[in-house]
Amino acid sequence: MQLSQILQFIISGLTIGSVYGFTALGFTIIFNATGIINFAQGEFVMLGGLIAAYFYKILNLPLFFACVGSIVLVMIIGAIFERLAIYPRRNASVITLIIITIGGSMFLKGSAMHILGEDPVALPAFSGEKSLAFFGAAIQPQAIWVIAITLTSVILLWIFYNNTILGKAMRASSDNKEAARIVGINVSRLTLYSFAFSAAVGAVGGVVITPIILAVFSMGGMIGLKGFAAAIVGGLGNPIGSVMGGLVLGVLESLSVGVISSGYKDAISLLILLLVLFIRPGGFFGSAKGQKIEP
Amino acid sequence: MEIKAEGILKKYIPLAVFALVMIPLPFFISNYEAKILVFVGINAILAMGLCLLMGYAGQISLGHAAFYGIGAYASAILTTRYEMSVWLGFLAAITLSALVALLIGIPSLRLKGHYLAMATLGFGEIMYVFFVETDVLTNGPGGIVSIPPISLGRFTLITAQHYYYFVWGIAVLLLAVSINIIYSRVGRALRALHGSEIAAQAMGVNTAKYKIQVFVLSAVYAGIAGSLYAHFVNFINPSPFNLTFSIILVFIVVLGGTGRIWGALVGAFVLTLLPEYLRVFQEYNLIIYALILILVMIFMPQGLVPGIADLVGWIRFRGQQST
Repeated sequence: MQLSQILQFIISGLTIGSVYGFTALGFTIIFNATGIINFAQGEFVMLGGLIAAYFYKILNLPLFFACVGSIVLVMIIGAIFERLAIYPRRNASVITLIIITIGGSMFLKGSAMHILGEDPVALPAFSGEKSLAFFGAAIQPQAIWVIAITLTSVILLWIFYNNTILGKAMRASSDNKEAARIVGINVSRLTLYSFAFSAAVGAVGGVVITPIILAVFSMGGMIGLKGFAAAIVGGLGNPIGSVMGGLVLGVLESLSVGVISSGYKDAISLLILLLVLFIRPGGFFGSAKGQKIEP
Repeated sequence: MEIKAEGILKKYIPLAVFALVMIPLPFFISNYEAKILVFVGINAILAMGLCLLMGYAGQISLGHAAFYGIGAYASAILTTRYEMSVWLGFLAAITLSALVALLIGIPSLRLKGHYLAMATLGFGEIMYVFFVETDVLTNGPGGIVSIPPISLGRFTLITAQHYYYFVWGIAVLLLAVSINIIYSRVGRALRALHGSEIAAQAMGVNTAKYKIQVFVLSAVYAGIAGSLYAHFVNFINPSPFNLTFSIILVFIVVLGGTGRIWGALVGAFVLTLLPEYLRVFQEYNLIIYALILILVMIFMPQGLVPGIADLVGWIRFRGQQST
């Protein structure tokens, strides 16, 4: 393979990897605040893209308002989901919560299919379609948007977790819920915020990637799974690791398409997930945490 | 030494009653209904295996459709392309499911909770991609046709009623095996490990061994079901062996009551028959399924069998109170 080809694969890998990173961020935010893995995370990404396209195409909103409006709406959906489906059984076993979030993802997917239709939809690129040349490879302007927004989000999140009260409260709650309660942190409110927040983050990922890959109601499943893989690779609970994990996964997946047939593309990411789970479940970018012994 | 006589009665009487009800049933129902009941039987076998894994050993598998598929494809490929006998295909289905389960189970069962769920989910999806893409072996999305029916000596199973008896015969047999396991030392070890793995280990239960054994057993159940499916429908393609079906299987086990083997049967009946009655709402299938799932998990998290048992107990209690 020529260098320019490899570069092309890397660029497209970084682009799709950013979406995996956003999804992984969503997993991490909820996991950090609650210890729950939200199997519906991929659906938030899907809804972000699909609703934005709907706002733009059907309601004829200007692109900026369509995108922001979609993110806000998905955030509200996330909050409603938490209150209706998670909160009533918030102390239930891991399996029950897994099944509830799986049910949630099926519900969101089915609703999207009915309300927004089965056909893939697109958004226009944020700043034009003309590809830029970069050492023999072509970058779409949208890809630069995606990567730039990803990096900005990481910086913002880092500031949030380290310098704001709410962010610190979330970190405290993830370390030890009881202690957090004792210090006066409203843990159940935090759960609500974390679902809303992670839905918003997922929606951002969906919105920025839709101009490149079309949005369709069924895209949530695979994106969710790969986002989880990215979160594991980066170390579950580590926001920066999540994004890094996403980028790494995206690049590996993209390069593998060059080497093996593209039909196996999904299997490659999942294989990476399995390998990381088997060999180093703590991930590669985080510190190795010991496993808690539950009574 | 336990007093065996009483134990046998308690264990097997519900089974005998069930068999007595099921045996004459085909004479009272149409062909179509018999066909549906064959599918109920196949799903019941799948659910029983998964129930042993999830309910008794407390593990989770979100990729069980993969083993179903492995069994089906093993039988299909060997009996069509290599023209082997159905029984050899059966044996191959069981062996292959067991081997893959061993291969995946050993590294996976060290994981817990969400990690195990995701690992099994990933495995299930990988197998699905394999079924679709490796078309030299599986013929990809086109699937495998003309799978021969099962023959017992000179008698070939053709009609739905034939398969009804064969499939349910196997199902009842496997149910008896499951009940046996549950009421044995192995069953108690499994429940100990479900309650607390650390405590079980401290008491000398070899948890790793039991976890893998039960995982392999549940895969074998699924492989058997897959084989039966292939020969009953005479055609397979990758689509029944996907994540959605894996989730439906988990749903069946959980709906009926995770810790109850009869729950697996109840769940199989309800969830295989429900789509038939919901046919009017065909399009909204997914949403209704999802809503039922969420509502059951919120209000009756132990499942239908314990939930209804509780309800009956509560009604009787109230009845007593008013007199």
